[in-house]
Amino acid sequence: MSEAHLAIRTEELAKRYGKITALAGLTMSIPAGDVFGFLGPNGAGKTTAVKLLLGLARPTSGEAWVVGAPLSDQKAHRLARRHVGYLPELFRYQHWLSAREVLHLHCELIGLDRGVWEAEIKDALGVVGLADRADDRVGGYSKGMQQRLGLGVALLGRPALVLLDEPTSALDPVGRHDVREIIRGLKARGTTVFLNSHLLTEVEQVCDRVAIVDHGRVVQVGSLDELLKADAVRVRATGLVNGGRDLLRTYGELQIEGEWIVVRGIAADRVPDLVRTIVEQGGRVHAVEPRHETLEDRFLSLLEKGHA
Amino acid sequence: MRALVIARLVIREAGRRRLLLALLILTLIVVALTGWGFSRIPTITQRGVPLPDLQVKIVASQFLIVTMFMFSFVLAMAAVFVASPQISGEVESGTALAILSRPMGRSQYVAGKWIGLAALVAVYAGGAGAIELGVVNAVVGYIPPEPVAFIGFVIVEGLTIMTLALLLSTRLSGMVGGVIALVLFGIAWIGGIVGGIGTAFDNAAITHVGTVTKLLLPTDGLWRGAVYALEPQSFIAAGSQAGPAAAANPFFAATPAPLSFELYVVGWVILVLGLTVYSFHAREP
Repeated sequence: MSEAHLAIRTEELAKRYGKITALAGLTMSIPAGDVFGFLGPNGAGKTTAVKLLLGLARPTSGEAWVVGAPLSDQKAHRLARRHVGYLPELFRYQHWLSAREVLHLHCELIGLDRGVWEAEIKDALGVVGLADRADDRVGGYSKGMQQRLGLGVALLGRPALVLLDEPTSALDPVGRHDVREIIRGLKARGTTVFLNSHLLTEVEQVCDRVAIVDHGRVVQVGSLDELLKADAVRVRATGLVNGGRDLLRTYGELQIEGEWIVVRGIAADRVPDLVRTIVEQGGRVHAVEPRHETLEDRFLSLLEKGHA
Repeated sequence: MRALVIARLVIREAGRRRLLLALLILTLIVVALTGWGFSRIPTITQRGVPLPDLQVKIVASQFLIVTMFMFSFVLAMAAVFVASPQISGEVESGTALAILSRPMGRSQYVAGKWIGLAALVAVYAGGAGAIELGVVNAVVGYIPPEPVAFIGFVIVEGLTIMTLALLLSTRLSGMVGGVIALVLFGIAWIGGIVGGIGTAFDNAAITHVGTVTKLLLPTDGLWRGAVYALEPQSFIAAGSQAGPAAAANPFFAATPAPLSFELYVVGWVILVLGLTVYSFHAREP
């Protein structure tokens, strides 16, 4: 894919704070128009990656291109940020201003034409559901409302790329649903969304592609279909001794949940063989449930592998 | 220009958070109290006889110097309190994240902060200084020899300490930076007195301590320039008769601030502002 079609590209992007490695050699490409999920547990390096992409922190090594502009060319990167919206994980805005004034401020900072400010602000307030409270001081807002305002700020100026760092951390279920709808709306108009999150269902519902990071490293990257391609089957079996269970490991990755045995990575045509093996080992099969792996399963198994 | 957006934000914040209102009310109270004090000077009698007009003006000039010293000190403290959390506060709270991710360089952000603070210092020092001098003129008919130069020196003194506080704000929390800036301001003042003592006793080493202090933080040198602008010629002549010993008096200046010092101060502010930009470039919010 040509450079022009990539919203973000990183090459061995790394960040160290003294002896602590926050991000170790991140290499990835995000095509323009994608909704990309950046998943990882707390402390995995997700926020560090976002800060590096925005020029808020400097990489120890490596390079990244954001809407075509390399981090190393500060001027080009600064100009490119005109087309980037950002909702920080730590969303704080001037509490002595109203939401409308905060949005005005950001219209000015982006460098939007004054003639479009009112329309942009009205649109952003409407999308994030703050139109009724637009003239109230931000200091009087709940955390959820402040996060909605931050989302509105990130949407100003119809950016080509929006980086959302844990965008629903302070939102109730209705707010989370609204954010998913906003992300779908962004995708519909061709905006690239970089969604930093540890909420797997959120990512699963809106993202085209996902990178799973842990300890500053990308453990796996790909489309959701690619990531979740490994089929799994759940078998409720009794009377199976440990030796028998060991034999089942030849079919795939094994996880025991009481009487249930979960076998990951087994091909569908091998399920009858699995059942036969269980019976041959003295087990009694009560139920067989084919299961499509969830992102949560995949996420946990990848992290477990990484820690093993 | 995005720096001006940030500058306007600084001024707006001062207005919204009622800093300007508080300063206005306090200044009016101080002006009213000192105005009443000045109005009592003509009522002073010596052996039952009111002071002659010349003596009233000399007493007024001395009282004005002491009043204005307090004013310059309050200005310095206010400048430090407002400037020291300007950058660190926004970095610590996270407010800086959304702003710095915009198409704006760190230097524009720092420049905007400085311009906004400088405007606040200049308007407050200029306004309050002019009101005080106007009230003194109204109640005792005394105008210092160079009122505009005086206000100029006080404004630059405020800008100097504000610039230092802004530099510290790039690395230290508001509380720590503020305390350090105020302590340095105090050291500079004491350094000026120490240098004066060195001059009085013709001790080169002690004189150099004063000179070095004045160069590291030129606030005391600027204060001496402000004092000179307030002194009537007769008072300068009388003070100069005391010889080099007068140099140790922090409320007296026998000579005006040399042009070389004034240029040095301009260079100092530019240098410290450059250091502020450099320091903030390396800061990761």
